[in-house]
Amino acid sequence: MSKPKLVVIGNGMAGARVLEDLFELAPDMYDVTMFGAEPRPNYNRIMLSPVLAGESTFDDIVINDLDWYRDHDVDLKLGVAVDGIDRDAKIVRGADGEETPYDKLVLATGSDPFIIPVPGHDLPGVITFRDLDDVDQMLTACKSGGRAVVIGGGLLGLEAAHGLSKNGMDVTIIHLMDTLMERQLDQPAGYLLEKELSNRGMQVLTKANTEEIFGDDKVEGVRLKDGREIPAEIVVMAVGIRPNSALAKTAGLDVERGVLVDDSMTTSDADILSVGECIQHRGACYGLVAPIWDMCRAAAGKLADAEGPMFEGAEVSTKLKVSGVDVFSAGDFADGEDREEIVFRDAARGVYKRLVLEDDKLIGAVMYGDTADGAYFFQRIKDAEPVEPDERETLIFGQSFAGGAPVDPMAAVAALPDEAEICGCNGVSKGKIVTAIGEKGLTDIDGVRACTKASSSCGTCTGLVEQLLALSLGDAFDANAVKTMCGCTDLGHDEVRRLILAKELKSVPAVMQELNWKTSCGCAKCRPALNYYLLASWPGEYVDDAQSRFINERAHANIQKDGTFSVVPRAWGGMTTSSELRAIADVVDKFEIPTVKYTGGQRIDMLGVKKEDLPAVWADLNAAGMVSGHAYGKSLRTVKTCVGTDWCRFGTQDSTGLGIKLEKMMWGSWTPHKVKLAVSGCPRNCAEATCKDIGVVCVDSGYEIHFAGAAGMHVKATELLCNVATEEEALEYCAAVMQLYREQGWYLERIYKWADRVGVDKIQAQIVEDDSNRLKLFERFLFAQRFAQDDPWAERATGGVAAHEFAPLEPVAAAE
Amino acid sequence: MDGNFMSDQWVEIGRADQIPTRGARLVRIAGKQIGVFKTAGGEVFALDNQCPHKKGPLTEGIVHDTGVTCPLHNWVIDLQSGKARGADEGCVRTYRIDNRDGRLFLSLAE
Repeated sequence: MSKPKLVVIGNGMAGARVLEDLFELAPDMYDVTMFGAEPRPNYNRIMLSPVLAGESTFDDIVINDLDWYRDHDVDLKLGVAVDGIDRDAKIVRGADGEETPYDKLVLATGSDPFIIPVPGHDLPGVITFRDLDDVDQMLTACKSGGRAVVIGGGLLGLEAAHGLSKNGMDVTIIHLMDTLMERQLDQPAGYLLEKELSNRGMQVLTKANTEEIFGDDKVEGVRLKDGREIPAEIVVMAVGIRPNSALAKTAGLDVERGVLVDDSMTTSDADILSVGECIQHRGACYGLVAPIWDMCRAAAGKLADAEGPMFEGAEVSTKLKVSGVDVFSAGDFADGEDREEIVFRDAARGVYKRLVLEDDKLIGAVMYGDTADGAYFFQRIKDAEPVEPDERETLIFGQSFAGGAPVDPMAAVAALPDEAEICGCNGVSKGKIVTAIGEKGLTDIDGVRACTKASSSCGTCTGLVEQLLALSLGDAFDANAVKTMCGCTDLGHDEVRRLILAKELKSVPAVMQELNWKTSCGCAKCRPALNYYLLASWPGEYVDDAQSRFINERAHANIQKDGTFSVVPRAWGGMTTSSELRAIADVVDKFEIPTVKYTGGQRIDMLGVKKEDLPAVWADLNAAGMVSGHAYGKSLRTVKTCVGTDWCRFGTQDSTGLGIKLEKMMWGSWTPHKVKLAVSGCPRNCAEATCKDIGVVCVDSGYEIHFAGAAGMHVKATELLCNVATEEEALEYCAAVMQLYREQGWYLERIYKWADRVGVDKIQAQIVEDDSNRLKLFERFLFAQRFAQDDPWAERATGGVAAHEFAPLEPVAAAE
Repeated sequence: MDGNFMSDQWVEIGRADQIPTRGARLVRIAGKQIGVFKTAGGEVFALDNQCPHKKGPLTEGIVHDTGVTCPLHNWVIDLQSGKARGADEGCVRTYRIDNRDGRLFLSLAE
């Protein structure tokens, strides 16, 4: 017997989610066909804002790639809109003319952006903010820079404004009402938000009514009712959305503002269901993601004929995805005679919190600046349990103060009910995570992400998910498996790196404040890591924190077991000259340096230098033209070479010359761990390039680029990245490897371990197969190097930097 | 000078602002090598500049909360007590230090 046919119209978040939930309940019940008007797989639309702001890429926000549809035997019709539904014949007619029969039909047609019909609204340059094409259009416009006007100061408009501003546009926000986000925020929070956006260089015009968008054959500006004119190259219309119910209406279903549905998401036709932003349920339409997940669950239950939760409407909470601006609101927070409020402000931190109570129950919450307790208050609102009189005093301080004494965070998580939402981005509840951990035998955060999507989008709930893992697994939960950075945080290296960029954190204290560090100023593990991550994330902007550097990098020499230091000047490509050797000999004599040695990296090492002598030693070496060899740093160490075509009868290319060019390009670069290179002039490989972090082996036809070798605690031959024909390419590819490692590597993770973790094929895909990505990596590396190539020895020997580092305190006198 | 202090015990070693925050300086007094440490909160501590483990110079370590991590083998020494934290056992001598309006005075008295 053939299976019944299910057709889903709309490959958005709701449509795909119904299928996910259905496959979970009844994997093989239907033959499924899915229509998607956008020519791309299903993606997380609420994460478009970070894509616009450059904080995520499209790949990051894909929910189900094409393999997922294939694996579940879904006949996916991408880029095919639906023209009509014949309910009598039970047929869906695609824009391609093909007819698809159905037994059950799901409408998930979503919503359309609302366009205010002012004159000029159809001019080229007027953009909405709804799908990836809109984002691409905005990003294209940003390339030539200029001015942008965003009409609409709600959630979507502000996220668009933030993204445009981050892309260098001069942004003006036009908002009809008194305060921004007036539906989600009260006035004080709206004020703080407006101030923050102004501080970021955006202009905010409230009480501003658009009269027309003017321009001859494209947008030139916006004219307000009061006569003001704001010039603009693009106008983003983000005033709201309305349910896209046209298809349902034409098919004769009951439609008001949206497609009418009951609690099982069934429309006026028993064989047709509808979910998402296109529906109207008990008089309400929804534009936020959390209630939509509930709708999908109800619809999937109906399709699977399973007993399950119905959709009974939902309280909604709001979070703004503008990095660095924390805004949260939930419930009803309007003033009222029989309502009481509890307010907390901390002007210095820019924090504002307000709770609204009615009949002793929490009914609304608004928070600005500190939203950590958002989920807790939201749950309290949904629970509708009375607030005890003695609890009132501390309620505003949130969960950690609930009940008086601070509670163990594990106990707080344990106390959450199963339906408490842990991951707001993907609508994942505590119950679902705990069940997945138990049933699928998950032991780490990656497993939970893969199975439930919890913490896979913005990552702020990672700590909660880890606590659930610990709670479920007890001692079996291996904290090291989570790879938190150190005991000061619950976050792993990847999360910290991502959040530094997403939240634009630009100092060690900012990271610790914003990411809830558990210690006041970190430890010897996390501080150097954070210092590196900040340096790598914000070249030219971040001011290095010397006190977060290990002594070797602070003193620019290697500490030895007796507290003296070793000094290694740079020898480009392992080359030296008689005058350099003479200068080194003179320094050894002058400062009575006890030991001089050749290193494995073709350098000369002077050991046993007293710390107080370091600046004078460097001054003499500088005078002979030598600079720091960074033999002490998590940085570019050495580029070893053989003599290549200069002298060798087997040499195929100028390996020495290439080695020197590589070293001149890369010196001074800070990296997650040390980086050693080598260039061999022929496959005999005298420079031992195939056990280096990055190695080049010259051959007749060009250059083999190798990476991820090791010759320390582990010995490992390199992986071949690719072959290139020219020296220019060799330099570009090596720099791209270096930059990718700088951006993805965990602190103290060598290149070979990084490659092992992320996969050699993934690295090849980003460097070899993606030319534009490689070029961008190369450019980012060169940009960062502009700020890295000042000789730290000269700065300290004669430039007066960090003088206190090298001299002891001189006691003034014995007190009288 | 404050007459409450014995004159031969207190030595003025410099100003608090000569010591980097979350950092340290070395001072040599009467043949001793003493590390002077300043925490993020501006508190100043003085200890013998020798890790009880293998005599690593503590002034070269990373200062965090009220501790310092030795640069040689990562022992963490508590600046208040001079004791090694965690599983390690050992103790270095601490010295009394007095911050008078930014001027630092150190006592060699036991």
